[in-house]
Amino acid sequence: MATALHNTLENLRTTRVWKSIFRRGRAITNRTRSVAIFGNLFLHWMPVKVREKSLRVRAAYYLGSLSLLLFVILVITGVLLMFYYHPAAPKAYHDMKDLRFVVSNGVFLRNLHRIGAHLMVLLVFWHMFHVFYRGGYKPPHEFNWVVGVLLLLITLFLSYTGYLLPWDQLAFWAVTVGTNIISAMPVIGNKVRFVALGGNIVGENALLRFYVLHVVILPLLAFLLIGVHFWRVQKDGGLTLRSKENDGKN
Amino acid sequence: MSDRKPGPDVSYGTPRPELSRRDFLNEITIGALGIAGLGGAALTYQYFSPNVLFEPSTTFRAGIPNLYPVNSVTFLQEQQVYIVRTPAGFYAVSSVCTHLGCITQWKPEANIIACPCHGSKFQPNGKKIEGPAPRPLPHYAINLTADGELQVDKLQIIKGDQVLRV
Repeated sequence: MATALHNTLENLRTTRVWKSIFRRGRAITNRTRSVAIFGNLFLHWMPVKVREKSLRVRAAYYLGSLSLLLFVILVITGVLLMFYYHPAAPKAYHDMKDLRFVVSNGVFLRNLHRIGAHLMVLLVFWHMFHVFYRGGYKPPHEFNWVVGVLLLLITLFLSYTGYLLPWDQLAFWAVTVGTNIISAMPVIGNKVRFVALGGNIVGENALLRFYVLHVVILPLLAFLLIGVHFWRVQKDGGLTLRSKENDGKN
Repeated sequence: MSDRKPGPDVSYGTPRPELSRRDFLNEITIGALGIAGLGGAALTYQYFSPNVLFEPSTTFRAGIPNLYPVNSVTFLQEQQVYIVRTPAGFYAVSSVCTHLGCITQWKPEANIIACPCHGSKFQPNGKKIEGPAPRPLPHYAINLTADGELQVDKLQIIKGDQVLRV
């Protein structure tokens, strides 16, 4: 099978369509390997060469990559859930129940989204602690640390806005409590709460606002900042690694 | 120990070309991803096929037969169906034009069913008089319920020469 696949790929490489997309030969020399990375939109920010040490599990426990993987899973399952969800009271609650008990594989997708969201909060915090205790916030990584903190906040806001969407008792009271915390801010507290909820109570306006934040605004912000974050990791000289004499100790 | 005889000469067939560890791992990885991808596509297809529909029922009651005089065509707007009564009996004709789905109109003065969108014309029994409609209007299954009302099933299409005698 491997040879057959290999031959098919080799034949594809000679076609005009392939050449129009990739515009290069096989990546077999250091130069052509570099060209392959630089000429690809999705890879161009990757380093051409990587230190073997930075690929070891201990270097980062892959926590950042795993967070990205969870973000991708959450986007895919979230978009699928949107096909059966109406952000209106009380339809939202019935749609959530339908996803659990009526729609084929709905309970699988919903739980993948729900548990994935819990895991993402856990992983993003773990990632932050790991970077903190390794001194990853020190120069030249200060800016990327700030981007990371913003991504942590976006993750928490995504988690919080998604909390309201099932429109059950847990959702209602969680958002009631949360938005009352907002109103404890001096002077502007009540105004911010009014705008966040689109009213004085957790009602239809609040549901729609949280929905739009959850499925459009916050994911787009997260997508943008994740791009900056991964790009800056490379531009700041890769992962924070310990000096050679300390590596492997502690 | 040393004078132990060699075992019988068994042939295990021609040796296969050696598979390197890299090729083996590549193959099982591609295979696993392929199976996962196919399974995911199948599950997603199932997910996109609703199990419960909130659509109007395709079966409806059209009242007792005496509501319809003999030699009449009655348009039921809500159901988009003509109930036609001839001396032979009843039949139900779809009012949805077979050209592009516009709703046709009954013209009693000309004794035709005409489509306002592109000018198709049909006889009251659904037969096409002139295009652009490619097919005659279909007949739906019609029968009497136990309590004597007409009932039409829009999912069941029957031949144009079948009538319900009452």
